[in-house]
Amino acid sequence: MLDLKRVKTFYGSIQALFGMSLHIEQGKVTTLIGRNGMGKTTTVNSIMGITPCRSGEITFLGNRIDHHAPYQVAQNGIGLVPEGRQIFPNLSVRENLLVGANHFSASKSPWTLNRVIDFFPALQDRLNNMGNQLSGGEQQMLAIGRALMLNPMLLILDEATEGLAPLIRREIWHCLDELKKSGMTILLIDKNIEELNRIADYHYIIEKGKVVWDGFPTTLKDNAELKQKYLGI
Amino acid sequence: MDWGLLLTQLMNGLQFGLLLFLLASGLTLIFGIMDFINLSHGSFYMIGAYFCGSIVARGESFFIAVLFALVGMFVVGALVEWIVARRLYRADHLDQVLATFGLILIFDAIVHIIWGPAGMAIPLPEFLDGQVSLGTLELPTYRLVIISGGLLVAGILSVLVTRSRLGMIIRAGASNQTMVEALGVNIHKLFLIVFAIGATMSGFAGMLIAPITEASIGMGNDIIIIAFVVVIVGGIGSVKGAFYASILIGLIDTLGRSYLDDLMKLFMSLDHAETAAPALSAMLIYILMAIVLAFKPQGLFPPAGIRP
Repeated sequence: MLDLKRVKTFYGSIQALFGMSLHIEQGKVTTLIGRNGMGKTTTVNSIMGITPCRSGEITFLGNRIDHHAPYQVAQNGIGLVPEGRQIFPNLSVRENLLVGANHFSASKSPWTLNRVIDFFPALQDRLNNMGNQLSGGEQQMLAIGRALMLNPMLLILDEATEGLAPLIRREIWHCLDELKKSGMTILLIDKNIEELNRIADYHYIIEKGKVVWDGFPTTLKDNAELKQKYLGI
Repeated sequence: MDWGLLLTQLMNGLQFGLLLFLLASGLTLIFGIMDFINLSHGSFYMIGAYFCGSIVARGESFFIAVLFALVGMFVVGALVEWIVARRLYRADHLDQVLATFGLILIFDAIVHIIWGPAGMAIPLPEFLDGQVSLGTLELPTYRLVIISGGLLVAGILSVLVTRSRLGMIIRAGASNQTMVEALGVNIHKLFLIVFAIGATMSGFAGMLIAPITEASIGMGNDIIIIAFVVVIVGGIGSVKGAFYASILIGLIDTLGRSYLDDLMKLFMSLDHAETAAPALSAMLIYILMAIVLAFKPQGLFPPAGIRP
């Protein structure tokens, strides 16, 4: 569904991605794992066109998207739940959900405001609250709901459970399980290797801006040396 | 105390404040959402006045002229955004200031070529040229029209920003432009629309004031400085802030010029008061800005989520 080939991305004169390549298969959960500052968010930003890559190819459903503006990438069917959630603090929860709503989805059961509320009942009573009045967990649910309202074909979650209380994390993982069951293609970034191993179909470990290992969760689970070397656990 | 004079000055202050709002609301949206400093926003004020004047000179009624000139201003705003402004969004503020200062010179030169160096008087229809009696007080009808027009546009803008989908996206853009784009919103189209609406409102202010002052080259250059003060005092990107700051500054400026010397005479000699008052009254709004910035560096009503 999504392919990155030898992607190189820079911040000014500083190179952040050094020939990043990965492949995301439809209907699967793929993860991007690595320590802080290794280029996970830069990879996401390059896919989204927020920090466009300087060379290499990014193709989505067979079409090149590496020189698309972020809005075109989103309209093509990629939904982003960004690091730090980035809820609009001056908009109500309802408005946050409606900003990117795609009413023209070809899907038989498109994500609508009501469906998102059913999926995240905690947002029901908060619809008229402003974005900055929500707890961290509610904000993360809102960020996921906001991305789902685009009716994306690929959902990218950058630091899906970072900074959340354990109980809320469990809830978010449960939601992600449900999304996986529904057939959603997901690119997932998180630090909880145990949960990632449970939910993922395929892993990519990235170090200093490129993939240093990729493989199946069962392989990573049993490879202590790999985990120690690249993830420090 | 002459209460009649005070009420007249309050109305003048309100009128000036509402004109400022028409300029500042567009300016604050353009500055807040696009991070773009547009010094030439005052040129739209001038062009609006000339558009309206030209149509009136062809024998159309003032209201018809305003309607056509509004459409013309939207087109001019969209063209300036498309041809010039969008190339400058990524430039730093100093480059934007220099480039848009250049635009002021270009617009002044174009107006000079088309309409000549002399100003253009815009006659009012007879029914707007009279006075309205409020008890013992006589107020010029047209001043009430300006106040009503300003309040009407403020109301429409408020509904647009708080109740419409476009307004929702504009507010989202004022707090996090990148995220709006990542949600599939065509930011170029949004910028074009916001810029054109801003130009239209600035032009509308010029159309409203021209029958009193006449349309003239450079007429927007003084008021734009005050409009920037409004934007800073109200909070960059905040239409609500622009509204309250406009009224506040309109009243302070007008009342300061009328009453500051009387006030200063209470504690200094007549000579000193009459010398110092005009200079000080011209500075009042800048003193207000300094005080607001000292206590609320982000202005009186910053949009939620704007980081310090």
